[in-house]
Amino acid sequence: MAKKNLVVVGNGMVGHKFLQKSIEIGATQDWNLITFCEEPRLAYDRVNLSGYFSGQSAADLSLVEPGFYDQHGVKVYLGDKATKIDRAAKKVISAQGAEVEFDRLVIATGSYPFVPPIAGKDTEGTFVYRTIEDLEAMSAYAEQAKVGVVVGGGLLGLECANALKNMGLTTHVVEFAPRLMPLQVDELGGNILKDQIQALGVTVHTSKSTTEIVSVDGRVQKMVFADGSELFTDMIVFSAGIRPRDEIAKECGLTVGDRGGIVINEQCQTSDPHVYAIGECALHEGKIYGLVAPGYTMATIAAEQICGDGNNTFGGADMSTKLKLMGVDVASFGDAFGQTPGAKVVGITDSIKGTYKKLVVDATGKHLLGGMLVGDASTYGNLLQISQNQIVLPPNPEDLILPAKSGASTSLGVDSFPDSAQICSCNNVTKGDICAAIQADNITDIGTLKKCTTAGTGCGGCVPLVTDLLKLEMKKAGLEVKNNLCEHFDHSRQELYSLVRLEKIMTFTDLLAKHGKGQGCEICKPAIGSILASAWNEQILNPAHVTLQDTNDAFLANIQKDGTYSVIPRIPGGEVTPVALIALGEVARDFGLYTKITGGQRIDLLGARVDQLPAIWQRLIAAGFESGHAYGKALRTVKSCVGSTWCRFGVQDSTTLAIVVEERYRGLRAPHKLKSAVSGCTRECAEAQSKDFGIIATEQGWNLYVCGNGGMKPQHAQLLASDLDQETLIKYIDRFLMFYIQTANRLERTATWLNKLEGGMDYLKAVVIDDCLGIADRLEAEMAHQVATYQCEWQNTLADPQKLARFNHFVNSPEPDPSLLRVEERGQARPPYAHEREVLMAIQNR
Amino acid sequence: MVSASVESQTVNQWITVCQLEQILLNSGVCALVVDKQIAVFRTAAGIYAIDNYDPFSKAYVLSRGLVGDRNGIPKVASPIYKQNFNLQTGECFDDPTVQLSVYPVRVADGQVQVGIA
Repeated sequence: MAKKNLVVVGNGMVGHKFLQKSIEIGATQDWNLITFCEEPRLAYDRVNLSGYFSGQSAADLSLVEPGFYDQHGVKVYLGDKATKIDRAAKKVISAQGAEVEFDRLVIATGSYPFVPPIAGKDTEGTFVYRTIEDLEAMSAYAEQAKVGVVVGGGLLGLECANALKNMGLTTHVVEFAPRLMPLQVDELGGNILKDQIQALGVTVHTSKSTTEIVSVDGRVQKMVFADGSELFTDMIVFSAGIRPRDEIAKECGLTVGDRGGIVINEQCQTSDPHVYAIGECALHEGKIYGLVAPGYTMATIAAEQICGDGNNTFGGADMSTKLKLMGVDVASFGDAFGQTPGAKVVGITDSIKGTYKKLVVDATGKHLLGGMLVGDASTYGNLLQISQNQIVLPPNPEDLILPAKSGASTSLGVDSFPDSAQICSCNNVTKGDICAAIQADNITDIGTLKKCTTAGTGCGGCVPLVTDLLKLEMKKAGLEVKNNLCEHFDHSRQELYSLVRLEKIMTFTDLLAKHGKGQGCEICKPAIGSILASAWNEQILNPAHVTLQDTNDAFLANIQKDGTYSVIPRIPGGEVTPVALIALGEVARDFGLYTKITGGQRIDLLGARVDQLPAIWQRLIAAGFESGHAYGKALRTVKSCVGSTWCRFGVQDSTTLAIVVEERYRGLRAPHKLKSAVSGCTRECAEAQSKDFGIIATEQGWNLYVCGNGGMKPQHAQLLASDLDQETLIKYIDRFLMFYIQTANRLERTATWLNKLEGGMDYLKAVVIDDCLGIADRLEAEMAHQVATYQCEWQNTLADPQKLARFNHFVNSPEPDPSLLRVEERGQARPPYAHEREVLMAIQNR
Repeated sequence: MVSASVESQTVNQWITVCQLEQILLNSGVCALVVDKQIAVFRTAAGIYAIDNYDPFSKAYVLSRGLVGDRNGIPKVASPIYKQNFNLQTGECFDDPTVQLSVYPVRVADGQVQVGIA
């Protein structure tokens, strides 16, 4: 039997989900899958669109695995919009003239942003926020803008405001309703939310109705409001709600609602039983669902209706949501506004902490009907389950939202949920599904669990619950939840660090004898070598430590692909005298080293043989250089701009501070490399916000940012403290670094460490600034010891014949490694590529 | 002190490469034996000799790898891409199709000697 055609109009999140589900249940046996995608790229994660501004690329946002459609024979009309449905001929016609016959058709056209009919709404400088193209247009325009306004204070509007703020604009949000997020929170919650958002530097205007957008030279200049007030701005983004894209359905005579939306029944069928509609374009019992989870549910149900058993139907969806808007939690679930007759309310407002928590309970006080949380939604997952599964409330329901008092935990944990409890609402995964997967496959890590069950792979809001479940199941199975360093130590890095400190253990051999087994390996040796250095700061090439070091540390240089090393002397703050620079050039010339400027304002000399390193360093030290620790998991560089010394914008002397900071922390060994920078003004030329700790000058002092990094997974640093004097600044950095060194996992950079740190930035502030653990004095003393015991590792090595004896290639010959070859490129020597090596070897052997 | 796996190889000549104390316990050195680069390792359990050539990085670096054990079997990790090699057999733990040569090695009168045919 010939296959039938199943055509999907629209390849957004929901359209893709439909195809994915269909394929999963075996649709490709009987159906040709065909889809139209109007945008130039396949389905991507619109929910996390603002991630595009924090460094995620279009590819990161993509929901379609490369090759997925090809692999399953899905025909995609990319960049081609379906414009017409001919229901009589059962054909879809596209903008580019394609005509595709269908046996079943699914409309997943989504929605478009609603732009209120304001005079001047189409002026240059006005935008909407829906697609990657919209974002690109916004960010291009923002480069020459200083002020940006978002019209609409709902979920998307606030996301968008965050994007504008990240682009460096002075940002305003204008909301027509008397509060932000009017659909999710009530007045009290709205006030708290407004305070929180304003504290982040976004100005919020509520109860404002825009009447006109005034332009100058054809570009946006200001907005005029109904109350006569005005707001000057360079650009405006409309995010005032969505409207279903139902034109294609309307034109072919399908029933649509009075205010838009393609009417569907519980099978997701439109008024034509061969045509289905899902997602934001669909109208079910008078409701448009503007969230992704109900869209996904419809996609699943429609796929099952068309290609599967069709047992499930759509009975409306829960609008419970948990969001993080500019770092502020907002959640609402169930009957959040207490509309059920007899409903009672328990609420706690804390305008000091900036939190609002409200529970709606039924007339008997036994069951939770709904609630809302602003500022802290950590209990959302639990509360949602309690309400959805009708779990009987404790005698004092307020205990569920009161801050946990030490010793008295009243949370109804994940253990109390029934197996039918839906943990992941994006992908409809129940507690039973998750537990079954854990047991069947003996899963012990969250990554595998997510992959196996898809739980937590949608919005990610349920990940804490999924993690709790995993831990619980592992405990039940008698498995210990462990974070062991390797097979030689049944301890985590943090535990080993504490043991070393508490028991004053000075060597690996001693630690292995007391707390480990076997001989050690390339995992535990360098990690413990680093712990010992962080704790006691003995020279890493001392006989007791040298065999623990990775080759970079063992030879105080960075190994390259052919076994030679690169040499990077310290150039504090990136400041170098012409005389020193010449000396560096002479060394490079005399040893034939390939020379390149690094990203950290230093100079890299590459291609040094192991036997050349001491002679190179003899020369460098004579010229006044010292070891740069580019080879170590240690402080690398403190980058700086020229600051107030030269720059007409500089407000502080950033170069001098960078040198002070670099010289204070040089040689400090840590779980991973540490990078820093100091900028002399808010223009941030030193890129301090991409560093493990970065410092930015203000008129009043210094702002300290921590836990940023570039590299594979870039992350912006976050503000730890503002307007510090230099002494306080150094004190906070001391505490921060030592706290990181004490608690991080092996090879965990500060950004990842912070992401995993329970309590996050607030907790880190409490430790570093408020000293909530009472350890600040100790951390400072530990750092003082590091600073006082610093020695240049190369100077120390050159003075010790025993250490120098290792710097040769052969133990029994002074010859260098005969396999090393060089070719010249752009006037410098480099190692040959494989094909060049063959030729060179042939010449050599002739 | 001779490692077990190489006893069967015929040795016609023992070449002294260094004094035992020139190899720090739990580390390695590279010896030039005739024209060959051989990595010699010293652990508490004995002396081992394998190729210095790392077939993954194609560089002569294994003597500079970290020495340790996996479930009691002595091993070295390549300093370039960290593949682990069995010091007794030369087998790669991470890719059993990769096999390094193992050489006869002994300590006589405090001298480390590599045997050649």
